[in-house]
Amino acid sequence: MKIFVTTKRVTDPDVKIKVKPDGSGIATEGIDYKVNPFDEIAVEEAIRINEKQGGEVVVVSIGSGASTKEVRSGLAMGAQRGILVKTDDYLDSLGTATVLKKIVDDEKPDLILMGKQAVDGDNNQVGQILADMLGYAQACFASKIELGDDQKTARVTREVDGGFDHVEVDLPAVITADLRLNEPRYASLPGIMKAKKKPINEMELSSLGLDTTPKVVWHKFSEPAERKAGIKVPDVPTLVSKLKDEAKVL
Amino acid sequence: MGNALIIAEHKDGKLRSVSLPAFAFAKDYAGQRGGEFHILVMGHNLGSVVEEASCYGAAKVHVADNEGLGPYLAESHAAVAAKAARDSGAEVVAATATAMAKDLLPRISAKLGAGMASDILGFNDQGYFQRPVWAGSAVVDTEITTPFKVVTVRGTEFEPAPKVASGGDKADVTVDLDFGSLKKRFLNFEEIKSERPELTEAAVIVSGGRGTKGEEGFKLLDRLADIFTAAIGATRAAVDAGWVPNDLQVGQTGKMVAPDLYFAIGISGAIQHLAGMKSSKVIVAINKDEEAPIFNVADYGLVADLFKAVPELVEEIKKVKG
Ligand SMILES: Cc1cc2nc3c(=O)[nH]c(=O)nc-3n(C[C@H](O)[C@H](O)[C@H](O)COP(=O)(O)OP(=O)(O)OC[C@H]3O[C@@H](n4cnc5c(N)ncnc54)[C@H](O)[C@@H]3O)c2cc1C
Ligand SMILES: Nc1ncnc2c1ncn2[C@@H]1O[C@H](COP(=O)(O)O)[C@@H](O)[C@H]1O
Repeated sequence: MKIFVTTKRVTDPDVKIKVKPDGSGIATEGIDYKVNPFDEIAVEEAIRINEKQGGEVVVVSIGSGASTKEVRSGLAMGAQRGILVKTDDYLDSLGTATVLKKIVDDEKPDLILMGKQAVDGDNNQVGQILADMLGYAQACFASKIELGDDQKTARVTREVDGGFDHVEVDLPAVITADLRLNEPRYASLPGIMKAKKKPINEMELSSLGLDTTPKVVWHKFSEPAERKAGIKVPDVPTLVSKLKDEAKVL
Repeated sequence: MGNALIIAEHKDGKLRSVSLPAFAFAKDYAGQRGGEFHILVMGHNLGSVVEEASCYGAAKVHVADNEGLGPYLAESHAAVAAKAARDSGAEVVAATATAMAKDLLPRISAKLGAGMASDILGFNDQGYFQRPVWAGSAVVDTEITTPFKVVTVRGTEFEPAPKVASGGDKADVTVDLDFGSLKKRFLNFEEIKSERPELTEAAVIVSGGRGTKGEEGFKLLDRLADIFTAAIGATRAAVDAGWVPNDLQVGQTGKMVAPDLYFAIGISGAIQHLAGMKSSKVIVAINKDEEAPIFNVADYGLVADLFKAVPELVEEIKKVKG
């Protein structure tokens, strides 16, 4: 089966981000970029399915030309080829989904795996929007995916409030990965070498003739209110007396 | 018209109190935009949900009661909600940012061609929504330019709407969906039973991380939590290890909490964890590493081995609380 898996290039999730002094955006100097961690989980799942069922895993990304690096890292993990739609523009979720829909219409994958959330914008929207645009079912926040024998359906366990939701979707469908779906592999050295020769089909967003004008516009950025630094207490009795007399929470 | 339509969440025939902050948002928003606050209830076997929902001052409660809507599915619920949004003159369609809302609202935004802002903290005079990005390291004023706007509301940022007695108007939403043609089937819900209050509703939360070393450490936290009838929370590390259920994860990609008192025990204080708890009123951290970043947000930090400190803390608090 042909599986699409989306990857977004995002700032290193473990680095504390600062706002530019003029509030026009976030300060990106000296910051590394990585594959969105949820997308790595989606890539891993796609490769595992592919190892069992055969077929093809295609990594799809929208972003600056530099995003080839993140597409390659998906190829190094084991995907067969990449598609990169290049743009330096900010896209909102509707715009991103519009572009992805176009690629899906052209390529007709049997399954679309995505991350549940990009850890830069923290939107948690694109998978659901894409599914609706395509008229597909969605299974979001997946912690387990089992394909039906005929590969026409998938049973998905979803992590939700208070427990696990079990659903069955007809394929093609959009499934978004949560943290517990799997543990992504590290690319092996041979994997990295092979990835260099795998094809990436690059195209300019402007050549696709789509309207991706943002409907969600970012204006001023600000730093959130910082907490005042607290104190260290020497022992448990002091802690308890502070909680009682100072914080008045006991 | 500036109307705000809130999708009410319910469980076992009762309104879920998680919806109350979204009701409060809707009152504020509609008030400022000269519109009305409306509620949408979707489901089947609704018990007292509609009666309960009509006690919060909404101009109208729209009710879509249909057997097909019994099991929650984003596909069917989004179609019904989009129709209700059109019929009710909604400018904004919103819900508190629960797992259900995160699944459902983007699908509604697609149906309405509406821009969406997730997890908003508030809005300003221009109608821009403030929302956290980059794990809460920045807040951005977000403008939605489409006629319909879809938002999820961070529950901790709005005081739950109070009851105002009078029952509002009710209106039925006609549901003409071919449920048989849906491409998704609900199979079953595997509930995680717990005697403890929900994380998002508890006044006190006792959270544990990898430092608890496992179930045994979490038993210590239980003893502390018992004193306060507190909720138990956890880091991703503790959840991934299988020590506690997944829906106890606090953080950027888990639950957002802001209790009166938050205990962080054996938790290093990664950006992703802080994103979910740093609005708590009082934070207490116990960690044996004095350099742990959690101490940068803790009001009271204790550098100690938790296996020694927590039992002692339990005893000391019991003495004080009597
Ligand atoms: C995409 C993504 C999303 C994520 N989302 C979340 C999220 O929503 N929530 C979340 O929490 N994390 C999240 N994480 C994970 C996060 O980055 C951290 O890895 C995690 O929070 C660390 O958990 P921890 O503090 O329990 O473990 P550690 O970082 O390993 O810290 C354990 C701490 O325990 C202390 N300790 C050990 N033994 C003792 C003892 N005997 N007594 C006292 N202290 C002791 C240590 O000094 C240490 O500080 C996410 C990560 C990614 C990549
Ligand atoms: N620019 C992009 N390129 C490829 N995939 C994307 C892009 N933006 C978002 N996605 C996918 O959509 C998922 C959800 O993103 P978001 O809704 O932005 O939080 C991510 O985990 C990605 O898989």
